[in-house]
Amino acid sequence: MNARKKRRLLFVSFLLLGGAGAAGLAIAALQDNVMYFYSPTDVYAKHVSPGQAFRIGGLVAKHSVHKGRGAEITFTVTDGNKNVSVDYKGDVPALFREGQGVVAMGRLTPSGTFQADQVLAKHDEKYMPPEVVDALKRSGHWEEGKAQQ
Amino acid sequence: MTGKPVHIFELANPKRFMDVSAPVVPWLAAATTVTITLGLILAFNTPPDYQQGDTVRIMFIHVPTAWTAMMAYGLMALASVVSLVNRHPLADVAAKAAAPLGAVFTALGLITGSLWGRPMWGAWWVWDGRLTSFLLLLLLYLGYIALSDAFSDETRAARVCAILAIVGAVNLPIIEFSVQWWTTLHQGESILRRGGPAISPVFLWPLFLMAIGFTLLFLLLWLIRIRTAVLKRRTWNLMLRATT
Amino acid sequence: MNDFITQGGYAGYVWPAYAITALALSALAAWALSAYRKAKAELARIESKEGRPS
Repeated sequence: MNARKKRRLLFVSFLLLGGAGAAGLAIAALQDNVMYFYSPTDVYAKHVSPGQAFRIGGLVAKHSVHKGRGAEITFTVTDGNKNVSVDYKGDVPALFREGQGVVAMGRLTPSGTFQADQVLAKHDEKYMPPEVVDALKRSGHWEEGKAQQ
Repeated sequence: MTGKPVHIFELANPKRFMDVSAPVVPWLAAATTVTITLGLILAFNTPPDYQQGDTVRIMFIHVPTAWTAMMAYGLMALASVVSLVNRHPLADVAAKAAAPLGAVFTALGLITGSLWGRPMWGAWWVWDGRLTSFLLLLLLYLGYIALSDAFSDETRAARVCAILAIVGAVNLPIIEFSVQWWTTLHQGESILRRGGPAISPVFLWPLFLMAIGFTLLFLLLWLIRIRTAVLKRRTWNLMLRATT
Repeated sequence: MNDFITQGGYAGYVWPAYAITALALSALAAWALSAYRKAKAELARIESKEGRPS
């Protein structure tokens, strides 16, 4: 390898390092914004003030979904550590169900419940046919929501 | 001393490249057709997913187009490194030939993802880490294409484009790890995951066949586009010689 | 057969996804091929004009 080629290779490494450095700095500066949602634990830890818009994400707690009259719906978002109850009025996606991942956009009310404007379902990375799930459930190897982050 | 070992850079000789690649094209075309056909047959014969129902079939094109888009960018960046360091004109040609192909695969990844997100998540689009970094991939491709047309001086265009392609390659690990580094609406990694793939084999087979099929299709079209560029260059040189 | 068409009620998402992908990739292949044929024909034209195939 001649000197000229070596110099060019050094230039390429510099490009990659510079690019990675710049991206790293930008991401570090934006860290809070890059997070798509807060977990209920984050909500308590960060002392989010009422009225401030943010997204909350976690699992829909078991037996927490209550449908009111019209399109009103209440449920609890849990991360296994903390819980936040959510009020919402509107349609929920097809995947919305107890034990499933959910992300809600809205704000906390002074009473501590989360008033949602939008509810999205987050599905996990498991893919299997229904029969396999039934077999897993029968044999007791099924863990609901286990793969959920 | 007897006979030179066949070195990869010998293919950088355009004449040699044309001779070697010509018989590859029909075989690659046949392999692409067979793989995608088999993949499609399997894709429409799987049971529905236990949660996502029949929308799981969108995965069989969404994930392969996204993978191919990222691989194409990786190859474009690699060719750009060779173009910058070794100054082989064929490397520059290869990088340029990959860009529009990669851009189409990226756009398809975004469109199929959107058509999957609407019924499952409840949204066509969200600005989470995975979706945003993947949109950036499309912008990088489009920026590269625009830049490669913006210079009248070919060697300068090659150098500036190569720099953009290499710096932009930083986005590839960001796309890959976005679902681990940050909270996202996009689900986590299903294949390269601790504890093995979280996908039932009945879904894994069509997924892999389609991924291989799209990769072969990209390689086929890439080869055709590189060959086209070499032919054009030859024509150009002949015309120059004729006028002088 | 009916299940195949309705895709469990998700036909409106599954079929467009496949249709757009098929259309875009076929168009991409046709575009690359026609450019190749054109370049080949152009080179042949110039070479015959030069009177010496290379």
